[in-house]
Amino acid sequence: MTLAKRIIPCLDVNAGRVVKGVNFVGLKDAGDPVEIAKRYDEQGADEVTFLDITASSDERGLILPIIEHVSSQVFIPLTVGGGVRQVEDVRTLLNVGADKVSINTAAIMNPQLIADAAQRFGSQCIVVAIDAKRANTPSGFGVFTHGGRKETGLDAIEWAERCYKLGAGELLITSMDRDGTKSGFDLELTKKISESVGIPIIASGGVGTLQHLLDGIELGGADAVLAASIFHYGEYTVREAKAYLRDHGIEVRL
Amino acid sequence: MSKIVIVDYGMGNLRSVEKALQQIAPLQSIKVTSNPELIRSAERIVFPGQGAMPDCMRELHRLGLTDVLIDCAKNKPFLGICLGLQMLFEHSEEGNTSALGLFKGEVVRFKEDHLFDEEGKRLKIPHMGWNQVKQSTYHPLWKSIPDQSRFYFVHSYYVREKEAVVMGTADYPTPFTCAVGQDNIFAVQFHPEKSAAVGLALLDNFVQWKP
Repeated sequence: MTLAKRIIPCLDVNAGRVVKGVNFVGLKDAGDPVEIAKRYDEQGADEVTFLDITASSDERGLILPIIEHVSSQVFIPLTVGGGVRQVEDVRTLLNVGADKVSINTAAIMNPQLIADAAQRFGSQCIVVAIDAKRANTPSGFGVFTHGGRKETGLDAIEWAERCYKLGAGELLITSMDRDGTKSGFDLELTKKISESVGIPIIASGGVGTLQHLLDGIELGGADAVLAASIFHYGEYTVREAKAYLRDHGIEVRL
Repeated sequence: MSKIVIVDYGMGNLRSVEKALQQIAPLQSIKVTSNPELIRSAERIVFPGQGAMPDCMRELHRLGLTDVLIDCAKNKPFLGICLGLQMLFEHSEEGNTSALGLFKGEVVRFKEDHLFDEEGKRLKIPHMGWNQVKQSTYHPLWKSIPDQSRFYFVHSYYVREKEAVVMGTADYPTPFTCAVGQDNIFAVQFHPEKSAAVGLALLDNFVQWKP
């Protein structure tokens, strides 16, 4: 008996609709966020993550009523990220029903934001999302922004350690090399980060099979695994994924 | 008069608790408030909490809520959640903070050096996710909830009670107290409002509880 490993379906939201694309381009409509979140909850998802990828700032507010609706009907933890720039944005999202807020680019521009948000709302609700890619840095992994197109010059492991020290409660590690490819997590990246910080790690980017989820936990050392397309298009249900993990000796909530 | 009051002292997110209660008790009046009079006149009190204990205690004092909470905890159904459990104890290691002292004992941090599972893998802090709760003592709030059900936790500190009646424990990796109860008080470390069906069942039991 111990803490269960978590399966987290991720919903990319663009102007109020769930979408899915490969490497952040070629977005396809995947449905209504409230309906999809409810379905995942019924299938036994441990949490649901919403990532707002809306480009235009005047459409970005469309995520707020969605989170409000979802949190009135779905009683599992909800994480929301995308476009979070300041402490006020964290507050706005928590107030509509998010339980955790994930910060990405703004934390890179201003690392103090992590400390300020954690101090104000508690580390438990501050997730730092790190988009990493193989690069010429000390660990071999660099931190990227703008959907993997812009290199920041930060080393992914060093940045993860810094986020941890600044008060992040959890890290969401996405391999931009793998995202959308269905070829599995970058296990080396996941493992390196999981071993260097004392907070939970969510592995993300590249899931195409249930074996990939298992590998992320067993080989990558992830505390939670995040996937989008394998669940959106009905290839697998969350329940099937959990049964698979359980049959391979992983503690899950069923 | 509000039947159920959720105590708001400006720390963290109370919407989840409110929404979960609305779901299970749609006809009851549910109010989120920091008004001591509304709290005093409520039938039932939910005392949630998130964030850092020193900040929470400071805000409770600033808003003049400590006395009314201690009074309510002595005479009406009272549900503490997360920091709302921890603050019922005497003292917390977190920022060396004095708390409400309704239960004897202290709040301590999980020790990083001791957190390894059976396979020697390092366990993370916060203790975050779904863990099994062993119902150590029968209580009406456990009604219809199978023993060893998984509830959602997110915390770095836990209570080490001296006299309080332990209602539930979880393992991380060794057992720690995650639910205590006495008379009209029941308090849990996990988040029933985020624990899907079993969490809603616990809240439903609380709403119907006649201690």
